[in-house]
Amino acid sequence: MNEGTTMNLYELTIHEAHRLLQEKRISAVELTRSVLGRIEAVEGRVDAYLTIAAEKALEQAVAADKLIEAGDSRPLTGIPLAVKDVICTRGLRTTCASKILANFVPPYDATVSEKLQKAGAIFLGKVNMDEFAMGSSTENSGFKPTRNPWNPDYVPGGSSGGAAAAVAADMCLGSLGSDTGGSIRQPASHCGVVGLKPTYGRVSRYGLVAYASSLDQIGPITKDVTDCALLMNAIAGHDSKDSTSVPREVPDYSRNLKNGLDDIIVGLPREYHDSGGLDPDVARAVDNAKAVLKDLGARFTDVSLPHTPYAVAAYYVIAPAEASSNLARYDGVRFGVRDKSSGSLQEMFRRTRSGGFGAEVKRRIILGTYALSAGYYDAYYGKASQVRTLIMEDFQKAFETCHVLLSPVAPTPAFKIGENTDDPLTMYLSDIFTIPANLAGIPGMSIPCGFSSKGLPIGLQLMARHFDEDTLFKVGYNFEQASDFHDKKPML
Amino acid sequence: MKISKEEVLHVANLAHLEFDEAEIDRFSEQVGKILEYVDALNQVDTTGIQPTSHAIFLTNAFREDVPKAHLDRQVGLANAPEQEDGCFLTPRVIG
Repeated sequence: MNEGTTMNLYELTIHEAHRLLQEKRISAVELTRSVLGRIEAVEGRVDAYLTIAAEKALEQAVAADKLIEAGDSRPLTGIPLAVKDVICTRGLRTTCASKILANFVPPYDATVSEKLQKAGAIFLGKVNMDEFAMGSSTENSGFKPTRNPWNPDYVPGGSSGGAAAAVAADMCLGSLGSDTGGSIRQPASHCGVVGLKPTYGRVSRYGLVAYASSLDQIGPITKDVTDCALLMNAIAGHDSKDSTSVPREVPDYSRNLKNGLDDIIVGLPREYHDSGGLDPDVARAVDNAKAVLKDLGARFTDVSLPHTPYAVAAYYVIAPAEASSNLARYDGVRFGVRDKSSGSLQEMFRRTRSGGFGAEVKRRIILGTYALSAGYYDAYYGKASQVRTLIMEDFQKAFETCHVLLSPVAPTPAFKIGENTDDPLTMYLSDIFTIPANLAGIPGMSIPCGFSSKGLPIGLQLMARHFDEDTLFKVGYNFEQASDFHDKKPML
Repeated sequence: MKISKEEVLHVANLAHLEFDEAEIDRFSEQVGKILEYVDALNQVDTTGIQPTSHAIFLTNAFREDVPKAHLDRQVGLANAPEQEDGCFLTPRVIG
């Protein structure tokens, strides 16, 4: 920067960096070099990245500087981002953190990758995750666990743990994750950053490697709410390549941020707030958030989502069922790693898949195949799909009396690495507050709202009606401006 | 146990997976526990409730059937573990 300042460029938010780039006080190359330097300095302690594309990123930065020079820049031009390794990037290795895709270089871009690059954004590399997005801690990565930047003994959450950790540790200005049962919101909460799971169908899934197709959605993980809106502006919209994307106009998500909350009614779902097992630090932070929103003029009402206790059970039938079908494509024939020791085709399939998939992926394939197998389909998949209808109706009813629902993101702050790995069911139950939004297809946002006694971040979840991301951004922004949690940085 | 070792083996076979003895023991125990938990769904009365497969209601998504750019054969084959004469190569299928 030309003017005297002590701030490192890598600490900037997207909107701050955009302003400095526009004013030509910094260049995209300087900014990218600063973030790459930061990655080099702290990656050894965080392990957020699976692939770092330094050379390519600097080429993109040179191109971005030309666009800015020509006066043709947009809000993301010259902004260095990280992309979860489940989103296809043409020519840039995409592994889903699975050994079975260790060598996969996509021949095409996901629609979101294409949109971001057309907007002039820079891709620093691909970030770690639970294998095929199955997990809540990033410990299921086939390559390495990522560490929580706030304390390296703790998990960053998951499955988008690399994306959230990279944002929290200033190893990128923002990132894209994916959320099937909380995989954007929960790691955002555990790492003290902002994460949004958009409405199902709002963002194209073309080029997002499928886990559970009726639940998966791509969304931003950012340092603040303003940045989250800017990334959504770039990635949202209908795509003829994804038949589940919705043909509906995309508003400017930045337009309402600064409007007040006088017209907002916040619903408090009884089943979420009265649930046993809520960590006292989490309860305190969420209570404090309620008080802040009340001071800002929001009104409150109690609501009931009576089928909440069945959401995790429905999810762990539906998601594995869809996964068992989606993951049938990894057979060692067209792409990925093949076991070459086998004589017959069938043997090659079995050995390739058994050697390539990790334990959690196999567990979910077994569970899903069983739930869909002859004689069990109605009892499991059919029943879970009916309960899903009831969960959706709960939300419809609740939104008759309020605009947003407020809850914790997770019952506890981040747990220690290794603490829950022996017991998959305990790990699944930690998704209780985030899973319902995926089943119902509604948008949900995680915003930093406090710290535990151990200094680990705590997130607040806001959920809204289908396609009402606008209200989440407004309430989130107002809350953020009235608090200082998002300004705090981990010591690395 | 909710799921026997034989059922795990049967399902593994359907899913093209193979397990050693220790894995079969572990998976039947863990998957059994999950299935016991999932049984809670039976407490819900779903008589007459329509199942939901997608949360956003969209009917058929039609578009014009117009050919667009596609991958060149070599690009499509670039990730193939083995290839020959412009085709994916697999172990012999018919003896």
